[in-house]
Amino acid sequence: MSEALKVPTMAEMMAEDKTPDILFWVGSAGSFDDRAKKISRAFVKILNKANVNFAVLGTEESSSGDAAKRAGNEFLFQMQAITNIEVLNAYEVKKIVTCCPHSYNTIKNEYPELGGTYEVYHHTEFLQQLLKAGKISLSGGEYKGKRVTFHDPCYLGRANSVFDAPRALMNEMKVDLVEMKRSKLNSLCCGAGGAQMFKEPEKGDKDINVLRTEDAMETSAEIIATGCPFCNTMMTDGVKAKEQEGKIEVLDVAELVARSL
Amino acid sequence: MQYIDNILFVALLAAGIWFFAKNIKTLIRNIKLGKDIDRTDNKPERWKNMAKIALGQGKMVRRPVSGILHIIVYVGFILINIEVLEIIIDGIFGTHRAFSGMGAFYGFLIGNFEVLAFLVLVAVIIFWVRRNVIKIKRFWKDEMKGWPKSDGNMILYFEMILMTLFLIMNATDVEFQAMNNGNVISQYITPLFSSMETSTLHIIERSAWWLHIVGILIFLNYLYYSKHLHILLAFPNTFYANLKPKGQFTNDANVTKEVKMMMDPSADPYAMPEEGAEEEIATFGAKDVTDLNWVNLLNAYTCTECGRCTSECPANLTGKKLSPRKIMMDTRDRLEEVGKNIDANNGEFKDDGKNLFDWISKEEVWACTSCNACVETCPVNIDPLGIIMEMRRYLVMEESAAPAELNNMMQNVENNGAPWPYNQMDRMKWVDE
Ligand code: SF4
Ligand code: SF4
Repeated sequence: MSEALKVPTMAEMMAEDKTPDILFWVGSAGSFDDRAKKISRAFVKILNKANVNFAVLGTEESSSGDAAKRAGNEFLFQMQAITNIEVLNAYEVKKIVTCCPHSYNTIKNEYPELGGTYEVYHHTEFLQQLLKAGKISLSGGEYKGKRVTFHDPCYLGRANSVFDAPRALMNEMKVDLVEMKRSKLNSLCCGAGGAQMFKEPEKGDKDINVLRTEDAMETSAEIIATGCPFCNTMMTDGVKAKEQEGKIEVLDVAELVARSL
Repeated sequence: MQYIDNILFVALLAAGIWFFAKNIKTLIRNIKLGKDIDRTDNKPERWKNMAKIALGQGKMVRRPVSGILHIIVYVGFILINIEVLEIIIDGIFGTHRAFSGMGAFYGFLIGNFEVLAFLVLVAVIIFWVRRNVIKIKRFWKDEMKGWPKSDGNMILYFEMILMTLFLIMNATDVEFQAMNNGNVISQYITPLFSSMETSTLHIIERSAWWLHIVGILIFLNYLYYSKHLHILLAFPNTFYANLKPKGQFTNDANVTKEVKMMMDPSADPYAMPEEGAEEEIATFGAKDVTDLNWVNLLNAYTCTECGRCTSECPANLTGKKLSPRKIMMDTRDRLEEVGKNIDANNGEFKDDGKNLFDWISKEEVWACTSCNACVETCPVNIDPLGIIMEMRRYLVMEESAAPAELNNMMQNVENNGAPWPYNQMDRMKWVDE
């Protein structure tokens, strides 16, 4: 890591009597998964550069409970949710941004009934706001003219109707954005959702991520962009399975943005 | 003797309607076997959805070919029913073409009906070819063998016969042809009968008339046993469909109660339930159809078996056993069985040792990625995912029967606050790597 990142925790902020404008919910993948950690760092790099007054929960953050809930374990989910809500409410958190559509969905939609109501943004939505406010500019030109296709994460797109924010960011970078035959509302899942990420698939004749990678390959894109750590893993594995590593890169929109600053 | 036709007609009509009403009663009773769920909020949005999706067929045209053909059949079906009104009046009062007094307007109406009948006939033939000759894949999946396959074709034959009878009836109606008002299509059929005596024509016309109305009554009573129930249920189904974001799953309120109690240090776990409070033994998730909510059950009866959901399901596309359409068909079949059981046992369900898992296997339940593709694409807003999730909840919370890897994941969440075996205290390490 070249530059040191500034990542204050809520506890530190509180000790200094400061209040952050927004909480960055890192998520379990963003904290522990090797590939996803890079996305977290890319996102923070942007936040630092744009001087966003943010904080993380750090060791006080725990699994959002999404995976447990989709696996059918409502008990575990609600335990996680209620514990997290207690922490968030104690810090009087109002706004949350996250790079994980699963955390995004569950905190935004499922926490309110359990006592946690926040304004929740996916990082692509938040980055779009920064762009509109002139806090970042994407004129770096790093990806200008590159053929990029965007894979809609199910929990961002179909589940929460966020289709435009990631695309707007990439258009601003002047990439050559091509849609797959299945996209937006009709996008095909990468295969990770519903807790599939944590188990072997059932018997079939193909893996879902391979099928989705084939969709992407049909566009002859050099980059598959996505906005979810799990989609990232699945697509990266798909690219490997199709032996396209040299030709196709799988990147998060935050990484594209961070390199275009 | 001269009233015998009228009496016969009224008797037939009454019997047809009586059986239909009986079926509808059973249908409503069965749907009400489901658990309660409140779907009465935001009425304006609900009416709008019903108007757009059920009445306006808004989601059908996402697949333009079948969508447009379907709209023809649907509009034809509804408008030609105005003609049925005339048939009923004629039948009861022994009149002939009671509305013909309207003159030119009558011709305009019948003319339109004839054109529609012809278009419906063409559309239905194309549908038949798509199913049986081109063999479009979604109509040939495993769950479409046997009855569902014949049901799909039967409806098409029904429509073909009814439309043909309507056109023949008009073509052989000598007076009607003489009026030359509205016979836009039937005038081209009349020559086929030109060699026949007027009396023979009259017999053909009368037969076509009778068969037409009998056919319609049979059709009406066939609905309950068919995927064609959707022509009625699409309306309530789109009205009561979920309006929340698709990613928002229900929070089980019974679980909330227990979790809050567990986490509240002041709660007394041995506290007696308040007096008068009914001790409810809640099942977590769904083991059988009666554990699902009534909208799930309404969904099951509404399913058109079109297979659009299955054709977009990532699990099914990659050869897994899961098919969201099958989830809906199985739910309906089991619900029907439970309903019959109740009828046979004086209104009480008698344990038959079976449940929904005898229809839907665990393998299917665990193959779902919860991607919502099925929900998004369904032309009548059915939610197969809701049923799958309830079944998972049952497996995990009542039977502890999750796949081993998922049990690992859940144990990690419980112990470390992450789905992987990492220490919560290491949650900031990503910053410095
Ligand atoms: S939600 Fe499940 S059943 Fe529906 S399309 Fe996705 S994987 Fe298939
Ligand atoms: S659930 Fe909807 S999409 Fe699937 S078969 Fe039934 S009607 Fe068609």
